Amino acid sequence: MTAHVEVRRGHYVDSVSLMQVSAAVAGGAGVQRANVAMATELNLDLLTGMGFTVPADAGPNDLVVAIEADDDAALQDALAQVDAQIASIGQEGSGAGSMSDEPAPRSTAWALRRSDAPLAVISVPGEHAFAQAAGALDEGRSVMIFSDNVPVEHEIILKDKAAEKDLLVMGPDCGTAVIGGVGLGFANRVDRGPVGVVAASGTGAQHLTSLLHTAGVGISHCLGLGGRDLSEQVQGRSARAALRALDNDPQTELIVLISKPPHEQVAADLRQFAEGLSTPVQFALLGPGEPTITEAAEAALAHLGRPVPQWPTWQPASAPTPGPGALRGLFAGGTLCDEAMLVAQEVLGPIHSNIPLRPELALPADLRHDGHLMIDFGDDQLTQGRPHPMIDGALRVARLADEAADPRSRVILLDVVLGYGANPDPAGDLGPAITAAIDTAGADGRSLAVVVSLCGTDADPQDLQRQAKTLQGAGAAVFTSNAAAARFAADLIKEGA
Amino acid sequence: MTTEDLLTAPLSVVTAGAALLSEEIRAQGVPVTDVQWAPPLPGTAGPLARVLADPRRTEANRTAVERMMAAGAELVDVRPAHEALGLERGHFLHAGPPITWERMSGPMRGAMIGAVLFEGLAQTPEQAEAELARGTFTFEPCHHRGAVGPMAGVVSPSMWMFELRDPASDRRSWCSLNEGLGKVLRYGAYSEEVITRLRWMTDVLGPLLQTAARATGTVDIMAIIAQMVQMGDEGHNRNRAGTLMLMRDLLPAMVESDAPSSDVADAVRFIGGNDHFFLNLGMPACKLLTSAGADIPGSTVVTVMARNGTDFGIQTSGTGDQWFTGPANTPDGLFLGDFGPEDANPDIGDSAITETAGIGGFVMATAPAIVRFVGGEVPDALEATRLMYQITTGENSRFGVPILSFRGAPTGIDVAKVIETGVLPQINTGMAGAKAGVGQVGAGLVNPPQECFTAAIAALAERSIAPQ
Repeated sequence: MTAHVEVRRGHYVDSVSLMQVSAAVAGGAGVQRANVAMATELNLDLLTGMGFTVPADAGPNDLVVAIEADDDAALQDALAQVDAQIASIGQEGSGAGSMSDEPAPRSTAWALRRSDAPLAVISVPGEHAFAQAAGALDEGRSVMIFSDNVPVEHEIILKDKAAEKDLLVMGPDCGTAVIGGVGLGFANRVDRGPVGVVAASGTGAQHLTSLLHTAGVGISHCLGLGGRDLSEQVQGRSARAALRALDNDPQTELIVLISKPPHEQVAADLRQFAEGLSTPVQFALLGPGEPTITEAAEAALAHLGRPVPQWPTWQPASAPTPGPGALRGLFAGGTLCDEAMLVAQEVLGPIHSNIPLRPELALPADLRHDGHLMIDFGDDQLTQGRPHPMIDGALRVARLADEAADPRSRVILLDVVLGYGANPDPAGDLGPAITAAIDTAGADGRSLAVVVSLCGTDADPQDLQRQAKTLQGAGAAVFTSNAAAARFAADLIKEGA
Repeated sequence: MTTEDLLTAPLSVVTAGAALLSEEIRAQGVPVTDVQWAPPLPGTAGPLARVLADPRRTEANRTAVERMMAAGAELVDVRPAHEALGLERGHFLHAGPPITWERMSGPMRGAMIGAVLFEGLAQTPEQAEAELARGTFTFEPCHHRGAVGPMAGVVSPSMWMFELRDPASDRRSWCSLNEGLGKVLRYGAYSEEVITRLRWMTDVLGPLLQTAARATGTVDIMAIIAQMVQMGDEGHNRNRAGTLMLMRDLLPAMVESDAPSSDVADAVRFIGGNDHFFLNLGMPACKLLTSAGADIPGSTVVTVMARNGTDFGIQTSGTGDQWFTGPANTPDGLFLGDFGPEDANPDIGDSAITETAGIGGFVMATAPAIVRFVGGEVPDALEATRLMYQITTGENSRFGVPILSFRGAPTGIDVAKVIETGVLPQINTGMAGAKAGVGQVGAGLVNPPQECFTAAIAALAERSIAPQ
């Protein structure tokens, strides 16, 4: 038998809580009697009555822990119980205090502290994204940063912090991700399946996953990186984390890494890193001489032993005829624009753009040029202060009318991107503008062809078939392969020359 | 949680920013928590990011708050300011950050005039004012001496001070004796009745309390705060239970002293008739608590909030005793008699040290009896306290709030969180009349001006360390 009396000076706990503590401690195995109480006169009497001797100088502001136990081990258990019980007083979540609700979380970190969500999705203005994202990483959660205009030094700090904690930072400027079948940002609804996608390009990822879905092959996850991840500065920090994560994912049989033209050395390092993984990695790095997104999808299908389908197309009632003139591409998706330029320049030569393949091909500030040109309306410069063209195509529709009125225009190439986040009925908005464009040229005695690259799936909320038929009915030739659309558009001009 | 959890666990997300994004995710049947995000205070994005990136910050703030919550406060003595603080004749202390006579508000000037008269340094208020304007006397903030003063917080060498000690550090803090409500020096009143009361406090009350304190031994003020928070006092605008508990502890020694029974009766009547008597012990206890968290490099925890009736000033752990100031706001609340908002002076007093220490407005939930006095209903009080958890670093389990299941007081205001969320600390306060000599006109709620926090984050950013 061993007795223990301890005075904790100036440690006030209310008497009701202490009665609960005492009851819990006294109920422990090998505990004969226990009383944890403030040393008030009443309690001192009680303690004395229980056979404990309390130091004379203990006062009402002091906490007395008095335990009689069978042996030392039981006493140690009981003391641990005292500490645990006292520590648990006032721990949040014990239910009471429901007279008002918890106020809405004012920060991402606070929201995560009260949630078991493994991911935060940040789309606040770029200069403020760091605070939210850093808070999420501090709470041990991964982040998708949709925001653009985030300073690159912030991106590097965040990605280094994530690496320390085995977390993933998707972005900044990450528009697309699919996690376990859930589309985040601009994403298409696709089946689940064996292909894991790592993407430093939003529309590139949408196009790839949509083509795979159309071919009957689903994806495990699509992890976005943000457009800068494969730059010389950021060094593929998130690419490595994403590749490693998908390598460990039992559902992923093949990884496809898709990116706009990356920094050469970074790409080389990533290829070497990928060789060390147990899951095969295919690279779809856009650039001259590199495979198109359609070819990347076909290579993935070949790797999986799956047949390559005919990529669906819809030709208008009166088939477009070849003829000389300029190709005018008006895009919502940056990577689709890049790819279209790469394909078309092989046929037509240099194409000017606001996102030029070479600096000397840059369009002037008014975005006008006599020859072939392609404009990415999703570029940061054109989205400041207005919604992304995938949501609201007004700017592009206005330019379409301008191009129709320009006698040099021969073929207009447009992309239409479906999926979560996009306009609920883009063909409904664009169709009348396409018809009007063709009519404008016709009234002028000219022939104008409109070619559409349609990115989406039959499972998308907008319904691929319905969108395609509307566009077809409006007079456009519609392709689900962006490369095929670009080639078709370029060939119309080349054959007519 | 790791990336693997992200890819394997059922997905749920927290979103901050565009509503369209969270709606699209929610539409897929995924649980979504939306952050009620608002842009941080203007011009702070850059400094905030630098401060948040500082690898020392998390640990430094944890250390600051742990030290704060471990601090003790015992009443060890009561003695005159010239003895306790070495305050010399002609030198005065005041509340808030430093200020010149030219910029002082009505109640601060009134309190200074009263203190000059009380010290016998002038014969008339006009003479006192002229001497003060001429720069005959010197003054500095109470905080510069480790002391605190409610409202004007004016301390002169002859005034008696409570002396508190933190046994963990042997640090000391001081505060004058509370004069009661109505026309009192701390609200800027300096009439004959005010001076007469101050003389009685010096001649009778101070010495009696000294005898009682010394005979009682130490009185654990932190323990009284812990109990009063469970008895409906928030420790700033309501100190009723605290006052009675203090009297419980000191009364036996007062009765046993050699003082005439009439003096003891007067003193007990005075203390018992002034529900705020304990405020002047709670404040220095809070000062000891916050001082324990001071001077930790990289810490963004606020260690002082104080107002002089013109400026509101704060100090942070990571920036030592540097003040960051902005124009003091005027409180919002209820008014005594026929006073109205136009009679109120901007925010004044060192008593916001209570909120800095996690009580006062921060535990408004525990004081439903006064929520209407400060302009709200009971659920507002719960909401106010719960919101403060979002801008603080720790929860002080010693100060448990019963109605929140004894959740600990939200402690250690984090400048970075204030900037990030735009949520400003909630302060309960009395209101002084704007004109010198009027006294108290009401009580209510007030927030610090944003400028204090934007200035502090800029200074913290300058001292920050970039990650490797």
